[in-house]
Amino acid sequence: MKAKEKLSFALLRHWGPVLLLAVIFLLAPQVLTEFRLSQLGKFLTFAIVAVGLDLIWGYGGMLSLGQGLFFGLGAYGFAMYLKLQASGDKIPDFMFWSGLKSLPWFWQPFQTPLFAIVAALIIPALLAGVLGYFLFRSRVQGVYFSIITQALTLLTSIWFIGQQAYTGGTNGITNLGSAKVFGYSLLSSQAQHGFYYLTAFCLLGVYILGRWLTSSRFGRLLVALRDDESRVRFLGYDPVVIKTLVFALSAMIAALAGMLFVPQVGIISPSSMGVVPSIEMVVWVALGGRSTLLGAILGALAVNYGKSFFSESYPDIWQTFLGLLFIGSVLFFPTGVLGALKSATARLRTLAAFWVVRPGLAESHKPRATHALPEVVLPTMSQRVEGGSS
Amino acid sequence: MNVQTHNRPEKILDVQNVTVSFDGFKALDGLDFSIQKGELRFVIGPNGAGKTTLLDVATGKTRPASGKVIFNGGVDVAHEMEHTLVRKGLSRKFQTPSVFGSLSVYENLEATVGFNDPTLSLLRGLTREEEALIHDTLALIGLMDRMQVKAGILAHGEKQWLEIGMLLVQKPSLLLLDEPVAGMTRQERNRTGELLQSIAHRCSVVVVEHDMEFVRNFAKTVTVLHLGQMLCEGAVEDVQRDERVVKVYLGRAHA
Repeated sequence: MKAKEKLSFALLRHWGPVLLLAVIFLLAPQVLTEFRLSQLGKFLTFAIVAVGLDLIWGYGGMLSLGQGLFFGLGAYGFAMYLKLQASGDKIPDFMFWSGLKSLPWFWQPFQTPLFAIVAALIIPALLAGVLGYFLFRSRVQGVYFSIITQALTLLTSIWFIGQQAYTGGTNGITNLGSAKVFGYSLLSSQAQHGFYYLTAFCLLGVYILGRWLTSSRFGRLLVALRDDESRVRFLGYDPVVIKTLVFALSAMIAALAGMLFVPQVGIISPSSMGVVPSIEMVVWVALGGRSTLLGAILGALAVNYGKSFFSESYPDIWQTFLGLLFIGSVLFFPTGVLGALKSATARLRTLAAFWVVRPGLAESHKPRATHALPEVVLPTMSQRVEGGSS
Repeated sequence: MNVQTHNRPEKILDVQNVTVSFDGFKALDGLDFSIQKGELRFVIGPNGAGKTTLLDVATGKTRPASGKVIFNGGVDVAHEMEHTLVRKGLSRKFQTPSVFGSLSVYENLEATVGFNDPTLSLLRGLTREEEALIHDTLALIGLMDRMQVKAGILAHGEKQWLEIGMLLVQKPSLLLLDEPVAGMTRQERNRTGELLQSIAHRCSVVVVEHDMEFVRNFAKTVTVLHLGQMLCEGAVEDVQRDERVVKVYLGRAHA
């Protein structure tokens, strides 16, 4: 009975906050105005990126500053489809302005929605996979990994700006309004609601995927890799495979978020995929709490709502507030808000165990007590063979 | 796999004329050294004798300037990666305990048991045999009632046993242990000694050790290294009486 209670309590603690979020997300369309709903939808796509980043950084210890790039690639992939849809028989307007007469060959297949979706997911994952494989194989770690991913992000966003005729340059891909999705106009509230629900659903899916991954042995090894990579190697594992897989997965998650971002915001440009957005993504996770997944989601929502609140109320100096918020949280909650909450409740529980529940239990929380040897007699080999254990 | 054939002596590890030099200093100097299958061998020697370097060479961590290390009859250690060597049955415990502090004792063992599976199969749960193996190992290393505890808060001795357990669930054919009792209390040392002797029934074991009392209590065959070369080798009683060994140890102690 008691064990059952304990189990249901643990289940509640595990899934309760997520259920609450899910209910809020599902009810939001009834309460929010169109503008606020599309804003929430945008923030939810950011939360998806944050979950992916938490997987690779919080659990795997690899600080990728390239998540914005993967987000952008996913977004561009789907935007290409929408742009072609919106342009009808003509070539996209920015190509026309740049003097192109016909659709470039690599734009052609993006007329098929399925191809666009698959490509938008697979290309970033492949890019991360190949890059990751070579980096991890040469044992590039820590800050060098961050710098290389950042360099790649910078390089790609500059390159996208330069290729005006093929990417829309600085303006990016925009004017998607006349595109149609499932027979509905992209700007119709049906389509917008649909994309909102799809985003909420994807966020939950990605979160559950993350939970499953991190609680599996794969996840434990990922944490082990973060703590001591060479040790993992000497335990017979190839870190390259594990790290590459996680990097590719987090890239794919970011790309998914990018794909969902475009139809709700209506534009993708190099400024959404560059160095600064990539760093902002790191801020969300750091603020919410690393290696908690839920913290990443809350961090993404909190920072973006904070940003929008400050920018609406104090348009001149809002960035100062955001900076102060970040500095403050790093100073006072180095493990993020959720991490601070967690350790606070753990401390409370220790105190409760000490004073109220079982005074004897509190002894075992003192580090000194762990020096006592457990009274276990080692079985001899002959006993073990008799026991049929070998 | 864990029961070795004793009647056919074969070399599990064969170090052939190995020289390792660091900037001219010869850590190993033309060393020949071998272990039979099923053996429990202690390697001792004063500081700088080349004991840890010997383990580094045996696990491919350090490449020898000349000479060869052959594992299990045909595996040239120099041609292997760290993890492929482990998959072929050669496990090593480093001197400092390096368990994963943020994982529980059980999770530490769980994380190491699947080392031979394809990566994606790590997403499924443990098989019943693997679970039994982990519980067996927990009993053997005496951490059964500590299995839910985070490894980071274990006492020093317990960490060392856990790490030995992490290697044991992988059923190695040769286990290399670098100073397993360093920093332990007398009681912990004795338990470690018993643990080593019961492990020796399952696989070949090489123990590099500094603690002479521990060696006297638990070793049968001992190899003494000195200045990167083998000084002598034999039963622990004989080695203790060997004049050269006495000189090396005493001479150093008062230097």
